[in-house]
Order: sequence, then C-alpha cells, then structure tokens
Amino acid sequence: MMPAVSAADIAPTPYAWEIRATGLKVRVGRNHMAVDGLDLSLGTGVHGLLGPNGAGKSTLIRALATVLRPAEGNLELLGESAGGRGEHRALRRRIGYLPQEFGYYKRFTVREFVEYMAWLKEVPKADIPAAVQHAVERVGLADRADKRMKTLSGGMVRRVGIAQAIVNDPSILLLDEPTAGLDPAQRLRFRELLQELGKDTCVVVSTHLVEDVAAACTDVVLFAEGRLVFQGTPEDLAGAGDPEHVGDSPLERGYAALLLGPGRGRGAW
Amino acid sequence: MSVEHASIRIIDGYARGDTDLAADEVWALEAHLEMCRVCRDRLSASVAAQAPAVAALVGTVWSDLEPQLVGTAPVPRRRRWSARLSKWMTPVMVPWLAMVVGVTLLALLLDLADTGSGEVSLVLLFSPVLPVLGVAASWSRGLDPAYELTASAPRAGLYLVLRRTASVLAVVVPALLLGGWVTGVTAAQWLLPCLAFTSTTLALGGVVGVTRAAAWLVAGWAVVIVAPTLAAGRTTFALATDGLPVWGLILALGIGVVIARRGAYSVLGAHR
Repeated sequence: MMPAVSAADIAPTPYAWEIRATGLKVRVGRNHMAVDGLDLSLGTGVHGLLGPNGAGKSTLIRALATVLRPAEGNLELLGESAGGRGEHRALRRRIGYLPQEFGYYKRFTVREFVEYMAWLKEVPKADIPAAVQHAVERVGLADRADKRMKTLSGGMVRRVGIAQAIVNDPSILLLDEPTAGLDPAQRLRFRELLQELGKDTCVVVSTHLVEDVAAACTDVVLFAEGRLVFQGTPEDLAGAGDPEHVGDSPLERGYAALLLGPGRGRGAW
Repeated sequence: MSVEHASIRIIDGYARGDTDLAADEVWALEAHLEMCRVCRDRLSASVAAQAPAVAALVGTVWSDLEPQLVGTAPVPRRRRWSARLSKWMTPVMVPWLAMVVGVTLLALLLDLADTGSGEVSLVLLFSPVLPVLGVAASWSRGLDPAYELTASAPRAGLYLVLRRTASVLAVVVPALLLGGWVTGVTAAQWLLPCLAFTSTTLALGGVVGVTRAAAWLVAGWAVVIVAPTLAAGRTTFALATDGLPVWGLILALGIGVVIARRGAYSVLGAHR
C-alpha cells in the first residue's frame, strides 16, 4: 500500500511555466532553421499547436522532447535548462512523447511494448505492472492488452502510442499528430482523455485539424515558418476571423485570417 | 526497527466509527495504517468483530464484484523471453546478430576447407568488423522502428548504447573464440582489434551517426586490409602481434571519445 500523499506531491513547484522558450532556434539539416526565434510560455493545460504542414511543428515538439538540441536561445522545461549537452535523465522521466511516426515492434503484445517503454523511462520496477495496466485502461485497450501489436488496427496502434506516452505519469506530455488514424468515436474519446490529462499536466498537441483544437484545447498556439503567429484561447482565434475569410467554421476563418492575412489565401495552397 | 503500534482501543473505535476519537488521533492512525501492515491486519480483524454492518457491506461489494473480476483477464505473471531480452537488444537486432554469427561460421568453414586464401585466416581477417555490424543494428534509424521513442527515453544515451554493445559482444566474442580455437588463432590477435573497432564505431557514431560510422569503417577495412591481404595471401601487418599496442591505443582513444561525448547518444543525430 502506498502512502496517500508523498513528499513529492506537496513539494512547491519551483517554476512558473512548464515550458518556456526564449529566442529558440532549432536547426534541421545543414542550414534550415525549422524553429526560428520562438518565444513561448506554456503552463498546465492542453495546448493545441496549429500550423500548416512544414511549419516546424514536429521539429519544435522534438526539441521539447529533448531529442533535438536547440541551435540558439533558451529552452527551460520544468524549470530546468534543456539546451545543454547533458542527457537530461531526470527531466526526461517527467516527459511523455508520442512521435509523429510511431514505430513499434510488431511481435510484442501491447502490454509488453508499454512495459518496455516504462522500463526505458525508468519507472521503478515495482510500479511497472500497475502503471502499464492503468495506461492501457486509460486508452481503452484493456481487453486487447495481451494481443500482438501486429494484430491491431491503425487507430489502436495510435492508442498504444498514447498509452506509452502517459505510462510514466508525465508532467509534460508531447503528442505529435495523435489523432491521425483515429475514427470519429475514438477521436471524441481521445479529446475527453486530453481534457482529463490537461488538469494537472502541460499537454502539447500538434495537429492540423482545427476542430481538434476547438474541442479539447484550452489554449491555441499558431505556428508558421518557425515563428509564433498567435497564442490565445480558441475563442480568441475564432474572434480573429471575419466572415469574408476562407473557412467553414469561425475557428477556420480565424486561422485563415491570421496565417494568410487579409485578401490573400483564396486559391493558394 | 522498533515501531509504535496503535492501541487496540483506537483501532476498535476507528472500526466502529466512534465519534469520541479525537481528530488528531484519527489522522495519526490513518497515517500509521498506510505504512503498517500489522495494524491493517488488526483493523480488519477488528472490523469483523466490532462492526458487523461494515463487514456485511464489504461482503456485499465483494460478491457483486466477483463476477466482473472473473471476466477480466489476469495480468500474465511470466513474461516471454523475447520481452525480457529487449532490455539488452531490440528484437530487430536478432536477425543481424544471427547474420554475424553466420558470417563467422562461414569464414571458419572456408578456413577449414583452405580454399585459396593461402595462410590467411578468414576468421582473423573478418574478426574486427563483425561486432561493428551488430553495433550498427543496435542504434539504427532504418532497422529500429522505435528509434525515436528510444532516443527520447531517459535510459537512452550512453547507458543503452553500452548495454546493447555489450550484448553484441556477448554473442560475437564466443563465436570468434570458437572459430579461433578451431583454426588455431589466439584470442590476443583478434580481441583487441575487435574491441578497438567497436569503440571507434561508437566514437565516430556520436558525430555522424552509428550506422554511417559502421558503414565507413567496414568499407575502409575491406578496401585497405581485406582486399590486399587476400590478394597477397599472407597475414596482414595490421593483425600481426606487433600491432597490438596500436590497437590498444585506438581502443583507449575510442573509449575516451565515447565518454567525453556521452550526451551525443541521447539525441536523434546518433541514429543516422
């Protein structure tokens, strides 16, 4: 039996923002800055990272996951600098990450795979079975936990990806296009899960689907060509658009207004 | 360790739900119960004796839950060996290691058959690059589908690289030992070159990516050493016993670079 309240639970938070970037630049390839001078502060909640394809969303998420080193600028995660040369083991234990291309081992069962990820994330050995079971239940795969990964559908594989991301109970959760391949019902369930996680976690969800943002996010970060274009609530985003802008919903019109600017856009990709 | 336990008076009162227990007593008792198995057992005994209503309630909950519990699959106790092995090597490394062992055995067969390679031992000639192939597979973007997940985990980095390298060596070294023993090549002749190549792969891999480094080294070895040796038909200078100090130096340098650049293995760059 675990004590109900541990010392770690009542320790004060020594940082104001879970994620804080100032002048962040991340290089991809030899001379392309995919993130180019980004200032961003994100706290607890669900943050939708919106932007056109090629805007640098994945690169930003990779930098936040500490698998890409920033070329310039400051990146502070959970009050700790994430820019240096170190391995950031303590920091990484508190980060959950779902890459855009979620690769897995086909012969593993769901439970084995999530257990393996829990081991990689240095979850204490005694806590692994319970943590895995909890994560698998949260994504609704408890009845498939002992099925091989190769027997799962695309949406289920995506949910395993989400399960492995939350298995270490992260303080920062980074999800790169998590809704790709989910059917509408799963997408609804996923939004509920996001809202639940957002209560005490800093969740960053990259997406190019505006409706995902409207339904689940407390905060929208609009990102284009490596720079921050807009940060605010979904209502603010909707308010930025006028009826003359392209789009079928207020959010889409706001998105179009901010990204394409007035008068541009129609007919252009 | 001597521990103060709760008195039976407090436990009985707690079980009955007495209102005359002071709030701080209840608080202290609950904090103690969280840690103390003995007192939890006493509490459950006390509930049965003092509070039949509670015991009956718990009984009802159990009997309601039982049909559902039968339905849920129990967590399997024993894990498959392949899942346990994953802590040492990724499943995708297994075929590569099988190939490495296969090459060793093939070289051994050719040595024994003595076909055209003159006095040169093929086992000896291939020994430095064999573990390199396994190391390449251990940290490769193309071969490991979960490379990005692995790279983002706290255990990624030097620790995991060394663990996987050790598992590669654990397979390759016995195979070479067997080959060397059969063909009469001493372990001293190939072990240092073997380790030196492994450490150089990792050291270079931190800069250009492990797979790329492995490819360069294997190609370099093939062009500079293997081809001329096979052409000349005698043991190369590089694997002669006088060369051992040089191999030792390369090994030490490689290890030094790997340790100095340990942070490089926890980012995506090392997976090229």
